[in-house]
Amino acid sequence: MPWVMAIMVALTVLAAGAALALNNVVGQAGGELAARATIQVLEPDPAARAAQTEALDAMLRRQRDVVSARIVPQAEVAELLEPWLGTGDGFDVVPLPALIDVALAGEADDSAVARLRAKIIDIAPNARIDAQSVWLAPVLSAITTLRWMAVGLILLLGFTAAAAVWLAARNALGTNRDTLEIVHLLGGSDAQIASIFQRSILVDAAIGGAVGLVLGGMALALLARQFAALDSGLVAAGGLTAGDWILLAILPLCATVIAVYTARMTVLFTLRRIL
Amino acid sequence: MNAGDEGIVRFDNVGLRYGTGKEILSDISFTLFPGRFYFLTGASGAGKTSLLRLLYLAQRPSRGAITMFDSDVITVARDNLPAFRRRIGVVFQDFRLIAHLSAYDNIALPLRVAGVREDDLAEPVNDMLEWVGLGQRADARPATLSGGEQQRVAIARAVITRPDLLVADEPTGNVDPEMAMKLMRLFEALNRLGTTVLVATHDMQLLRKVPDGLIMRLDRGTMSDPTGALRYPPRMRAGE
Repeated sequence: MPWVMAIMVALTVLAAGAALALNNVVGQAGGELAARATIQVLEPDPAARAAQTEALDAMLRRQRDVVSARIVPQAEVAELLEPWLGTGDGFDVVPLPALIDVALAGEADDSAVARLRAKIIDIAPNARIDAQSVWLAPVLSAITTLRWMAVGLILLLGFTAAAAVWLAARNALGTNRDTLEIVHLLGGSDAQIASIFQRSILVDAAIGGAVGLVLGGMALALLARQFAALDSGLVAAGGLTAGDWILLAILPLCATVIAVYTARMTVLFTLRRIL
Repeated sequence: MNAGDEGIVRFDNVGLRYGTGKEILSDISFTLFPGRFYFLTGASGAGKTSLLRLLYLAQRPSRGAITMFDSDVITVARDNLPAFRRRIGVVFQDFRLIAHLSAYDNIALPLRVAGVREDDLAEPVNDMLEWVGLGQRADARPATLSGGEQQRVAIARAVITRPDLLVADEPTGNVDPEMAMKLMRLFEALNRLGTTVLVATHDMQLLRKVPDGLIMRLDRGTMSDPTGALRYPPRMRAGE
């Protein structure tokens, strides 16, 4: 029984850790990007492009609903495009758009973007503006789905742990049926008999839970280190906070409570069939 | 009927069947009076053990009424049954000692169930071990005890709480005549302390060893009354 609990808790800690990390990704990325928009100045003539970009930047800074506007340096743009265009002379042949990163006071929703677009077109007819949340939306949606799958997995593991305890309690009841009947006939109450099983399950679940927490925690820490080594902004946002680790530490306690309650209910339900 | 003649157990037209089979016990009516010694006789298969199971509340009847200690135990809430069971001592035919507990712990079990503190257990349990002549075997597991010793542990466990009613199912079935006599003396001693004793046996020799014993007879699931114990207030012992 302790090893079953240990495995269940370890898997639950892993699933919960993943759910919390994904939650952090969605929260942080979504929060950061919700108010951001990118303006691309698609003017082939470099001089005109630079002039339009400066004019747009000046216009944006005057807007009340714009918190900040930053012209992305050309070198940074080149770095962003490097995986597709490589380095070197290609940039002279292919004109790169100028990019302006805009942070809005409110959410960069359709109406806010449309309002800015109307003002941008007056200055740069070929410029386009996109809310950053638009291109990240499918990614965040997929992460959100993964997060809910992790929550479902946690529930499934909780149910499986309860089922394992139920089977163990029924097995123990079957093995000790004669003893239980004697205790019953000597005047032992259902609660007294259930408490004997509860104590036994409590010890098993507590030991198993502690072992499971250590195993699951170690696996999570290892994964966190490997993801951190990727040095990706989105992945980096998925780190676990101190609060998350406290939540994970509570999981064995929850598992123990579920196990003890399941054992009690199983014993009481079975004893009801005996007079 | 005088107040002193009121029974501690009363069966009225009790019937018992298992499932949809025919009745094992039919129209059983009797009253057990406090402080009396009863024998329940009958051939094997007559229904003695089934009747005893009703008496020690291991079974509910299919019909009829059972009153114990002034309460209707048929309709009493299940959660209240343990309180009734604690007033009944049971000696099972096959002892039913708990194998992994010592003689001491087996005898202490009813007290522990009743919530007696560990500090208060030792004296009554050791006294009981001495009373049944097993003072030196307190730590022995049932498997290491002889049949007679196991029987005495079972009896000690049944009586340690000084029950109002002691029910014993063939208590001498597994012991030699000498030990059977000793056990009956133990039951008589307990009876003298005020416990109502009911011994189920098909050993007719045993009945003669307790001259004041009242005899109830089961025959194919119905009760007969050879001594009039069931029809009238029980006869008094000499000197009472």
